[in-house]
Amino acid sequence: MHFIFKSKSLSHGLCCIFLSMLLFSCSTDTEQKIDQPDWQLVWSDDFNGAKGGQLDKTKWTFDIGRGQNGWGNQELQYYTDRPQNVQMDGQGNLVITAIRENYEGAQFTSARFKTQGIFDQEYGKFEARLKTPYGQGLWPAFWMLGSNIQEVGWPQCGEIDIMELRGQVPNIAECALHGPGYSGANSITGKNILTNSRYDDKFHVFAVVWEESKIDFYIDNYLYRRIEKSEVETKGQWVYDHPFFILFNVAVGGNFLGSPNSDTPFPQQMVIDYVKVYKP
Amino acid sequence: MQTNRFLKIAFVIPVAILIFLSSCERDVEGLSGPEFSNNPNVFTDNFIGLGSDFYFPYAGSKFTAFSVDNNEGYNSNSSIRIDVPNSNDLSGNYAGGIFRIDGPGRNLSEYNALTLWVKASQGVTIGELGFGEDFYPNKYITTLPNVSVGTNWTKVIIPIPDASKLVEERGVFRFAAGTQGTGGGGYTFWIDEIKFEKLGTIAHPKGTISFGNDITETTFVGVNSDIEGIQYIVNMPNAINLQINASPYYFNFKSSDPSVATVSENGIISTVGSGTSIITANLGNIETTGSVTIKSLGNFAPAPTPILPPERVISIFSDTYSNVPVNYYNGYWAPWQTTVSNDFSVQGNNLLNYNLFNFVGIEFSSPTVNATSMTNIHLDVYIPGPVAPARELRVIVVDFGANGIFQGGDDTRHSTTFTAPKLVSGQWISIDIPFSAMPTLGGRANLAQIILEGGDGSSLYVDNIYFYK
Repeated sequence: MHFIFKSKSLSHGLCCIFLSMLLFSCSTDTEQKIDQPDWQLVWSDDFNGAKGGQLDKTKWTFDIGRGQNGWGNQELQYYTDRPQNVQMDGQGNLVITAIRENYEGAQFTSARFKTQGIFDQEYGKFEARLKTPYGQGLWPAFWMLGSNIQEVGWPQCGEIDIMELRGQVPNIAECALHGPGYSGANSITGKNILTNSRYDDKFHVFAVVWEESKIDFYIDNYLYRRIEKSEVETKGQWVYDHPFFILFNVAVGGNFLGSPNSDTPFPQQMVIDYVKVYKP
Repeated sequence: MQTNRFLKIAFVIPVAILIFLSSCERDVEGLSGPEFSNNPNVFTDNFIGLGSDFYFPYAGSKFTAFSVDNNEGYNSNSSIRIDVPNSNDLSGNYAGGIFRIDGPGRNLSEYNALTLWVKASQGVTIGELGFGEDFYPNKYITTLPNVSVGTNWTKVIIPIPDASKLVEERGVFRFAAGTQGTGGGGYTFWIDEIKFEKLGTIAHPKGTISFGNDITETTFVGVNSDIEGIQYIVNMPNAINLQINASPYYFNFKSSDPSVATVSENGIISTVGSGTSIITANLGNIETTGSVTIKSLGNFAPAPTPILPPERVISIFSDTYSNVPVNYYNGYWAPWQTTVSNDFSVQGNNLLNYNLFNFVGIEFSSPTVNATSMTNIHLDVYIPGPVAPARELRVIVVDFGANGIFQGGDDTRHSTTFTAPKLVSGQWISIDIPFSAMPTLGGRANLAQIILEGGDGSSLYVDNIYFYK
């Protein structure tokens, strides 16, 4: 499989150059090798609990409820820490289940958990192996926020979205940076398109390699988007020189992708095999 | 199982369309074994490996509807052209047929869908596109119904429920298109790039029997019944689930106790002993949802055989008398009716078997029945399951009035309610109602319907429905 390099921020000309490079590389060397440091594992969760087991409270904390304005995105779900929304499957995975049900005034329930206040890190490699949910209005995410969010607020704290996708387009995964000058719909993004497979029926490894000068996004060890500090500074401020914490969630609806409809199959699951954090 | 208004194929006149194209030779590179080709291509600007005598239109269709168009094509200048005739075309009022390999079948087990590109001369809904029909036994017939087609080329995906079964398939394409959606006006559509593919963009396949429900049927030795709701569900590239009826031959059925019930490969359950057996299925290595629990009461006691002489009877349903013309014994009246028919016969004695019974209508309006010389209605009913204390059975007799038209302004009806202790479980209940006890029935010169109401979702058997004097 070849990586596809596409971005709103690339000019058409650059796209063409990249595509022609890809075409040539197809016939000869099929892998792009990126020199990597020897990564040292510093933090991880393999989710190897017994079936029905709960998240390790020494590593994770939950967000509960509907947030402000649907967590800032007009999302429709109510987040809980109930086992029907989040539990181990006994096969080495953690499962977030989004359910269509009336609960505390919301039409859907799901789960969102994070390492805020427990673990954070500046720079390094952050990766997770997971399978996404699918269907109109399902919005899974593996992402990070600056740990100084309480002091400086969003988007000044910075946000690194390692994986998010629209459930109605199960073959396109996206990455994004949100910061001052480039947030919400104006974020700096990238996407990876699978031409004959999907992110919801097999596991894929989503990773970010974050350095002082650039942030690289990988899927299954293929670099599909590099965002240089210089590119960020054409839009706003580089806010990626302080620790970030990790979040996982499955949102339902919201202005990123629209609401579910009667064709959306529920319940829906995001299945997470592991999350690992490395230092060089 | 699949109802198909197009397919009244008691016989079909084979029409050989001879097409001599150099590329029709078998693709040698595509051979998977000594016998059956795994060539995925059916039509890619030419017919691929179909031989010479491969097109068989359906009986009643316009035989000349199919041609090859050498001007239109998807990224080419060649395609299959179907000219759907006007509904009043005396040479056939719809277009439809099969493309069957003239020679050995193909091994399609490595694919998971038949795909094609299609466009039409106007926005239309094409009734059926599919494959697996080979005249006969059509074991793996698979159909995508009601395909919306516009005037630009679009790709259509017809998923295969379980391709591992398709090791020798000759029926590589079928279609049926009428003018129901165009007010009777004909139109043209073009098809190109028909081929089998292994798509990674369809996912999460599932199968169901009984529409995914766990149902119970009370039966008797000698009863055969179809498994309903045999469906294949798969998530399409747009993340919407496609749910289609599937041929039972794709499924592997299992009986938990074959001494009670057996299942044939085409999904017919035969009750062979008394006791309980649970029927389940799998689709390849996919577990299906839904089951049928057969509760066999052993040998069947038929309803009492009518003894009245025929001249005193107008029969709607019986094996003893000749029945008058009946439009249907189950009108499947939308939207509230749940009742499905699973009629059976035991040793030549036919029964109406209403499952999931809430209400059901029987209509005999063509022509209506003049029962002015009759004095009573009779029917025998049997409730195999338990009878709750509040259970009712209402027998409604409907007269369409002098104009003989449903809801023509002069319809009248009378409803008679039966409850316990008349209603009992597990034995025949003979119901006789004199017309003199039906004060709201305005007349009986144009009787047209009998409606049974009051079901609780379980089963009801009915036999020997007739008017008599």
